[in-house]
Amino acid sequence: MDINLKILRYDPESDRKGHWENYIVDAEPEERILDLLHKIKWFEDGSLSFRRSCAHGVCGSDAMVINGENMLACQVLVKEVGNPIKIEPIRGLPVVKDLIVDMEPFFDSYKKVMPYLINEKEPGDRERLQSPEDRDKFEDTTKCILCAACTTSCPVFWTAETYVGPAAIVNAHRFVFDSRDEGTKQRLEILKDVNGAFRCRTAFNCTSACPRGIQVTKAIEDIKRETLLNS
Amino acid sequence: MKIVKHSFDGVIVGAGGAGLRAAIEAAPHMKLAVITKLYPTRSHTGAAQGGMSAALANVEEDNWNWHAFDTVKGSDYLADQPAVDILCKEAIDAVIELEHWGLPFSRLDNGKIAQRRFGGHTVKEGESPAFRACYAADRTGHMILQTLYQKCVSMGVTFFDEFQVLDIKIEDGICQGVIAYELATGDIHIFETRAVTFATGGFGKIFKVSSNAHSLTGDGPGILYQKGIPLEDMEFYQFHPTGIYRLGILLSEAARGEGGILRNKDGERFMERYAPSIKDLAPRDMVSRAIATEISEGNGAGPDSDYVYLDLTHLGAETIKKKLPDITDFVRTYVKIEPIEEPIPVQPTAHYAMGGIPTDVYSRVLSDEKGTVLPGVYAAGEAACVSVHGANRLGTNSLLDIVVFGKRAGQSMVDYVTQTKPNSISDSASDDLSKKIQNLIDKEHTNEFSVANIRKDLQESMEENAKIFRTKETLEKQTEILEELRDRYENVTIFDKSKVHNSELVEAIELDYLLDMSEATVASALARNESRGAHSRQDFPDRDDTNFMKHSFAFKKDNTANLKYKDVELGKYEPMERKY
Repeated sequence: MDINLKILRYDPESDRKGHWENYIVDAEPEERILDLLHKIKWFEDGSLSFRRSCAHGVCGSDAMVINGENMLACQVLVKEVGNPIKIEPIRGLPVVKDLIVDMEPFFDSYKKVMPYLINEKEPGDRERLQSPEDRDKFEDTTKCILCAACTTSCPVFWTAETYVGPAAIVNAHRFVFDSRDEGTKQRLEILKDVNGAFRCRTAFNCTSACPRGIQVTKAIEDIKRETLLNS
Repeated sequence: MKIVKHSFDGVIVGAGGAGLRAAIEAAPHMKLAVITKLYPTRSHTGAAQGGMSAALANVEEDNWNWHAFDTVKGSDYLADQPAVDILCKEAIDAVIELEHWGLPFSRLDNGKIAQRRFGGHTVKEGESPAFRACYAADRTGHMILQTLYQKCVSMGVTFFDEFQVLDIKIEDGICQGVIAYELATGDIHIFETRAVTFATGGFGKIFKVSSNAHSLTGDGPGILYQKGIPLEDMEFYQFHPTGIYRLGILLSEAARGEGGILRNKDGERFMERYAPSIKDLAPRDMVSRAIATEISEGNGAGPDSDYVYLDLTHLGAETIKKKLPDITDFVRTYVKIEPIEEPIPVQPTAHYAMGGIPTDVYSRVLSDEKGTVLPGVYAAGEAACVSVHGANRLGTNSLLDIVVFGKRAGQSMVDYVTQTKPNSISDSASDDLSKKIQNLIDKEHTNEFSVANIRKDLQESMEENAKIFRTKETLEKQTEILEELRDRYENVTIFDKSKVHNSELVEAIELDYLLDMSEATVASALARNESRGAHSRQDFPDRDDTNFMKHSFAFKKDNTANLKYKDVELGKYEPMERKY
């Protein structure tokens, strides 16, 4: 069947601002939105630019706004979004070209929360022990693929680019609730800041946007609670 | 075209598990750069699911020697046994080290790292399936990639993200540097360096149905192959038995490790006929052939009788939710069925290259079949062939390979850099490449010579002629097709003429390597008149130890390959018939 795609395009070498372009693509209902973008790029207009790699929702390259909501283009099928389909770059990060945004500010925020295990104790020559119950406490936030769907769906982030954003807090959560980690105090000090977790206004956009089904807003609430308990 | 020059002691190309592990080893000792055509966390290591084997013996008695036995037997005796010993022995410390760096493994009730069963892994040299695969639910690769990247962030490793490698410069047999193309700007970067590790991953995109990411195009092996470095054991390409029907998306062997069963259209558990002792947990080459045979004999399901079922319905919702959450989500997302209640349509999918850049056990690249070391150049992970996987890799051994030999590549870079002095690379080192790119941009676009059309024809013909079952006839036919495709590629054109994020230009560069990988694969397969591991010749159905107990080395020659051979390094395990 014919699908009508409306794509917000921007070429920094020739455009002053973005403009919509229409494409008609023959597609099956079971095809991924990414498949449709590839059909355009490969057989109609090679200049259409977007990121992608794994094509099944684990690498996090192709977050974009599809009919108004943040999704991974490889994780949503034609029959789930209807016809026509409107595609835009994710919001709040500078657009570089077409559906490609500058990811550097996003990764800078991620790096701010010290996203690595902090434990100065000599671990010995076998694994540290951790009960399945303790392991479960941060299971949800280990799933993050850093696609930026959550952060760029956040209305606070749209207006305050200094806010670390949901993804960075999710990655702090992954260590704060890991029984092996000893960096909680340092991380919570960072997240207590005016640009930290308390900027969250619990809009829940991030939770709906997460392609991995992470309870993002809950993770942010966990961090807020932990900050209060530790202060 | 703008040229930017950098100077480093060492450069790692690729930021998946092997590249990151090498970086962790090398970074404290030198000025190091990691260049990747993606962002590191987008690398395909993150798509690995089921686990990473090590004889930790957390669940039952185990021993790294049994792991080595299984790996050698699984390889159909083509793996080099001294290398396999290193892999399996160092596996234990490699897993512990990752745990110490924060990898969130799933846990047993006693708090130790959880282990599960996996294809081809057994206790006491074949007695029963072994609990050896250390895992983090069914996203072990994701956790390894994240943990290694986190470690690199904590160490302040320098990354050049979204840089496509174009070439390595070697003068008088000595590495001078690498050239890369910056996606965001279209600028050419010259990296002056004397030590380079290629950790660019596999090349599953030579086939149509593949579990591989779009970015897996054999860039590292392609660059070296074009420089006259051979590629080892290219005829051995693994097809994973359980890809989602038509899409090829991987459904981990862990599904069968946890008790999942393969069934044909009649609901028969057909693996009982092919591998009576370990059934559905036979190695991947055997299971994929069994599925292909069932389909060709008319036992496939569906309107075109071209798939079989992976049945998880008896495992129960709790096991599926706890141990196989991601893969069952893929099924819900892409097939729209509930795997707790319905069996899943699957078919074999192109998955893993056993072959690649020849290296020794120190991850040093070898420039011929005699074992001559190419100074300053290293390779690790799927891009490399040590060989620890021989003719067929066992599940979980790739995640192990990347950390064990990634670390060794990093160590070798340190050794080399501390023993040598910096060299200099000419400012004109990239002139030929700038010209090549400019020509590509200047050439008028035509559909006949578009990247996508040539690639589509390549993938479809490789799928048809060089997949699970091969014959002299299909391979000769494919050789001719590849010649035509190479001719078309000489005139390849692109529509996008821009400097900023010209991903079509990158796809054109990648297609060159895909053609190289296909040419080496087909030439090596045509010359191997036997069936061993993943290489299955219907006209030579038996293994031939008299003539083919040897590794192939394909040297690029025109549009095909010139083949030489090297004997397999045997050890304590005598080749025997491979039965399960």
